[in-house]
Amino acid sequence: MINLAGRDIVHSWGKFVFTGMGLGLLIGVTLTMAGVYRGMVDDAEVMIDNTGADLWVVQQDTLGPYAEPSSVRDDVARELLGQPGVAEAGNVTYLTLQVNQGGRESRVMLVGFEPGKPGEPPFLIAGRPVVRAHYEALADIKTGFALGEQVRIRRHDYTVVGLTRRMVSSSGDPMLFIPLKDAQEVQFLKDNDALLNERARTAANPVFNRPGVPGLLEAVQASQVTSHFVNAVLLRLRPDADVQAVAQGIRRWQHLQVYNRAQMENILVARLIATSAKQIFMFLVILAMVSAAIVAFIIYTMTLGKIREIAVLKLIGATNHTISGMILQQALGLGLIGFVVGKLSATLWAPLFPKYVLLLPGDAVRGFVLVMLMCALASTFAIRAALRIDPATAIGG
Amino acid sequence: MTLPAIQIENLTKRYGEGETAVDALKGVDMTIWPGEVVGLVGPSGSGKSTLLKCLGAVTEPTSGRMILGGQVIYDAAWKIDDLRVLRRDRIGFVFQAPYLIPFLDVTDNVALLPMLAGMPDAGARSRALELLNALDVGHRARAAVSQLSGGEQQRVSIARALANHPPVILADEPTAPLDSERALAVVRMLNQMAQQYETAIIVVTHDEKIIPTFRRIYHIRDGRTYEEAGEGREV
Repeated sequence: MINLAGRDIVHSWGKFVFTGMGLGLLIGVTLTMAGVYRGMVDDAEVMIDNTGADLWVVQQDTLGPYAEPSSVRDDVARELLGQPGVAEAGNVTYLTLQVNQGGRESRVMLVGFEPGKPGEPPFLIAGRPVVRAHYEALADIKTGFALGEQVRIRRHDYTVVGLTRRMVSSSGDPMLFIPLKDAQEVQFLKDNDALLNERARTAANPVFNRPGVPGLLEAVQASQVTSHFVNAVLLRLRPDADVQAVAQGIRRWQHLQVYNRAQMENILVARLIATSAKQIFMFLVILAMVSAAIVAFIIYTMTLGKIREIAVLKLIGATNHTISGMILQQALGLGLIGFVVGKLSATLWAPLFPKYVLLLPGDAVRGFVLVMLMCALASTFAIRAALRIDPATAIGG
Repeated sequence: MTLPAIQIENLTKRYGEGETAVDALKGVDMTIWPGEVVGLVGPSGSGKSTLLKCLGAVTEPTSGRMILGGQVIYDAAWKIDDLRVLRRDRIGFVFQAPYLIPFLDVTDNVALLPMLAGMPDAGARSRALELLNALDVGHRARAAVSQLSGGEQQRVSIARALANHPPVILADEPTAPLDSERALAVVRMLNQMAQQYETAIIVVTHDEKIIPTFRRIYHIRDGRTYEEAGEGREV
């Protein structure tokens, strides 16, 4: 038996291909939206993995350091090293800021870290690790910085000595790593006017400026320009350590909040990017509905354009099954063309997006099944219209 | 004894009900024998199309009787379970315009009918080629429908009507879009096919060029038929 749908597609291939391409671009956008969400989740997971930490110690009653501000004394790290099961502790600071480099503005997440401790990038793709105590930086390749380049941050220039990859914040901003002391200064140090103002206010305060206590004012003023706070302490545990027990001990004795890897992942994925995920999901739903409406409209219009042929087919004895099959196969054919075009488009334009777009094969398979279901559903309108065509239409009058 | 290919007795068709009812057919009687080509002539609104639709089993008459090759197919109600199969296997259609399926080539347009009847593809195509050759369009067998002239398309549609060797073919103004020469050529072919395949052909027409070619003519006026002997002029 002749495949009527296949013959019609071959006969009107231009119409099918161009319609399929239009539909495909829409499907491509849908797949890309799914890829944007997957990319956000993956960025969050990679960020957690790349810290090399088993536990995140942050300020009590906060969801820090990524989802909420958190401030912890930097000497807590030494105390935590004394806890049973803790192998390494590293102080870290996180600050998103705009950096100017050669007249080009870049938004980066500035990470203060202690070399050799948790928080340091796990690998470099070029250059060397930070070896000096100040003014050296490691940059994610997406910052666009090159090795040896000078980057101005606040009052100082930093030399990029190493490059890494896939180190981005949950917002997609690439990371720039500098030594902890420099980062603390960037994060907590006030500008010169504010310092002068603060000194004047302190000097005017009789509590700090006592004639009978020489050196008190200078000591207080000195404490105002230094910072001993970090955003979090990252802990790496011994292989035999019980993560829950170590976390429980820290919560009880240090009065700090502790998150393990799963909890931190939950904070990032389920809370920090939850709104974005819902936003993307709404887009996906709307795009799927628009695609279904377009397929339904196209197939319906194509079917109405063949009223006479369908009437003739019914008159000469074609079954409803044959006619429904023809329309359904055409709808699925259109969906197939659309999906292939969409997948190719998404694959081609995904690397051009500023944020990471992760196209998972599983999403593609789910997308394919959804497109086919959508096309099958959309074809029902056209099938109903075709089955209502009276074979007498073929006979004049 | 040869049975009539189609016999119609007192066939009526009423559209609507009550005061707005319209009687399109008011008791039509017809008898057509195998191998015969009969003209059905009448002005617009006389009931030609309604009669054709009733004969073609796409519109149900209101009363009367229709017998196809000795089998009663309608007697106050349809006596056939599957009208689709009846149309496919026992009634051929030729339309005013050829209405060929544009996405099938010439052979497959003809072969589609036997295929729908369950014949294997090779056998159906072979039969289609045989008919196309008989109608002198065998050389266009692989051509697309759009590449054929109007006359060639009408010949292909005749081949399609004959594809399942039906006892009856209903031709609805088959020469309307054709010039005199081509119109007469189509009539000649219908006559040849009717004799070759023992098929009864009813040609609905008001084409003055071809009316003299019929040996028998049914005039239809106000829903009633009147039989008349035709000139049976050679074409």
